[in-house]
Amino acid sequence: MKIDRRNFFRAIGATGVSLALGDQISAASKNEESTDVFAILYDSTRCVGCQSCEYACAEAHNLPEPSESIEADIMRLTNENRRTVVNAFNTSKGEITIKHQCMHCLEPACVSACLTQAMYKTPEGPVIWRADKCMGCRYCMISCPFDAPKFEFHSPNPKIVKCDMCYQRTQQGLIPACVENCPAEAILYGKRSELLRDARKRIVESPELYNDYIYGENEAGGTGFLYLASVPFEELGFRTNIQKSSYPALSKSFLYSVPFVFVLWPTLLLGIHEATKNNHTKNIDEDE
Amino acid sequence: MNSTATYPIEKEKGSKKIWKFLLAEFKPKGKILTPFNIISVPVILVGLVIIVIRFWKGIGTVTNLTQEVPWGLWIGFDVVTGVAFAGGAYVITFMVYILNMHKYKSIVRVTVLNGFLAYVFYAGALLLDLGRPWNVINPIIGNNFGTSSVLFLVAWHFLLYMIAQLIEFSPAIAEWLGARRARKILSGMTLAAVIFGITLSTLHQSGLGALYLMAKEKIHPLWYSEFIPVMFFVSSIFAGLSMVIFEGSISHKVFFDQISDKNHHAHKKIVIGLSKICAATMFAYFFLQVLIFVHGQHYNLLNTPMGYWYLTEIIGFVFVPMLLFVLGYKRNNVLAVKIASIATILGIILNRLNVTVIGFRWDAATQYYPTWMEIVVTLTVIFTEIWIFRWVINRMPVLRESPEWAKDNH
Repeated sequence: MKIDRRNFFRAIGATGVSLALGDQISAASKNEESTDVFAILYDSTRCVGCQSCEYACAEAHNLPEPSESIEADIMRLTNENRRTVVNAFNTSKGEITIKHQCMHCLEPACVSACLTQAMYKTPEGPVIWRADKCMGCRYCMISCPFDAPKFEFHSPNPKIVKCDMCYQRTQQGLIPACVENCPAEAILYGKRSELLRDARKRIVESPELYNDYIYGENEAGGTGFLYLASVPFEELGFRTNIQKSSYPALSKSFLYSVPFVFVLWPTLLLGIHEATKNNHTKNIDEDE
Repeated sequence: MNSTATYPIEKEKGSKKIWKFLLAEFKPKGKILTPFNIISVPVILVGLVIIVIRFWKGIGTVTNLTQEVPWGLWIGFDVVTGVAFAGGAYVITFMVYILNMHKYKSIVRVTVLNGFLAYVFYAGALLLDLGRPWNVINPIIGNNFGTSSVLFLVAWHFLLYMIAQLIEFSPAIAEWLGARRARKILSGMTLAAVIFGITLSTLHQSGLGALYLMAKEKIHPLWYSEFIPVMFFVSSIFAGLSMVIFEGSISHKVFFDQISDKNHHAHKKIVIGLSKICAATMFAYFFLQVLIFVHGQHYNLLNTPMGYWYLTEIIGFVFVPMLLFVLGYKRNNVLAVKIASIATILGIILNRLNVTVIGFRWDAATQYYPTWMEIVVTLTVIFTEIWIFRWVINRMPVLRESPEWAKDNH
């Protein structure tokens, strides 16, 4: 094929446009997709605190059986041996139990922090960890606003442990273990948009029962775990200072400046070097 | 024709000579029972044992790291603080090769050597902290590039900057080996390596701060701001130069016999000149800190224990040493400059630890403090680096003048 000048420029132009726009187009469609991922709605007004989810989770992931029972106002945390915990709090509306685990953010800080793509946001929604890529730097733990990833500090071959929304089970057509085993139907698995609609409906239908807030709708730019409760979430041991926008955006401006520095600095430095060259010979003359 | 036949034999002779030379050079020189050796050897031995335990039983066995504070002394001090102190190399090469300030030429090699070894050892210390170090090549090769990660940028920059520094230092190695042609080629690459190195340094000195941008709620508000990267970069300038002053004053005593009279006399001028730059950059840094503080509107936090701690750092270890630097160059007082440099070094340690360890999850239920084993490993890293540093100084023309054949006008 012969390439004349016109065709050449046409090709260059097309490439340039698709390079510039392609990103935005795919980014836009990605956003739409990412808000309709699979998610979990947890309704604490239905939770009876039976810890069935803890037992089911331990069994599904070969973790030791939970040994502690729930005590009011004693905050148990997830760790390398348990991916989910249920805690109880004495609140303005009596004792309330609530489940904790990874929030599966739509724009996860841990994923953008990972330098080996070991932390991975699957297109289906769950944020998973991949052992063969991870180098164990724990930057995901530093970055996660919910402190979700946990590390096996006492193993020579340590793993990052956190809820993965039973990714392997859902790939086989099953639903997450905690959802399946909840006797009170407090945990629902489904498309995020449908779950949000369901959550809003519940609030509208029984305003006396619910605190008018869906935790996770906007926290950290939206999460894949949505919460309903009868009291404000501060009373349930939730962090209230979580920002409502994406965490990866916090380091974006720094990362965007990198290519500019990479182009501008060498040019400037070389320019200054050339401009001050004469100083060099002058200084030598002064010395001698 | 004849020469091609004899050449291989000659070459063999030459390489044998080189091996003999290298073997001789690897033998220790100088006194063996010095105070430094007596202290450092046991520490290094204990440190090595701890490192073996760490790889055998897991990081948690030797450290106090928690699920809330997953980075401790090894990252906060060894890597983040150590790299700030290694910043002297890019500042001095900028002054000598870019601004052509000939006056500082005599300290370029020792500063670059220091910087290079600091990166090798402190980035090496990073390997000790990795839970799965066998995967460390993942971000370097293969299809596992986490390009949205600041740590990815920092890791690559560490690697590339080490290479750049090795090139900057390589003429000294060539002079040591007597490789004339290699020296000529390698010195020709210096300017390119310097320009590349300064660019890399700008980005990863600030990048170390940018690592913490996503930990917005986890760092005490007096130390977190969106400008951490800028502050880390600006402070790396006077951190590096203070280290150059401090380290230089020790080298001039310990390696007295290596330094020519001319350079001895020049050293005072160099120290005074560096103190000017320190004072100016510290003023800029202090001013930025005040701006950030006023913008953050955290006045109420000043009257808390963390607030007093913050004031101690900013007033006691930035503002006061800045004044001392000013006093030093106004009065031509080298002692004041040396004291100021030590105070600045302490201030940088405070600042980096406040961001990475002390102020990180200051509200956590279980506070992190390092175990004695973490401290011994840190000392092991530092002492081993000093051993290598001394080995190089005693053999290569770093402080001492280059051999006659290698003296050109550049």
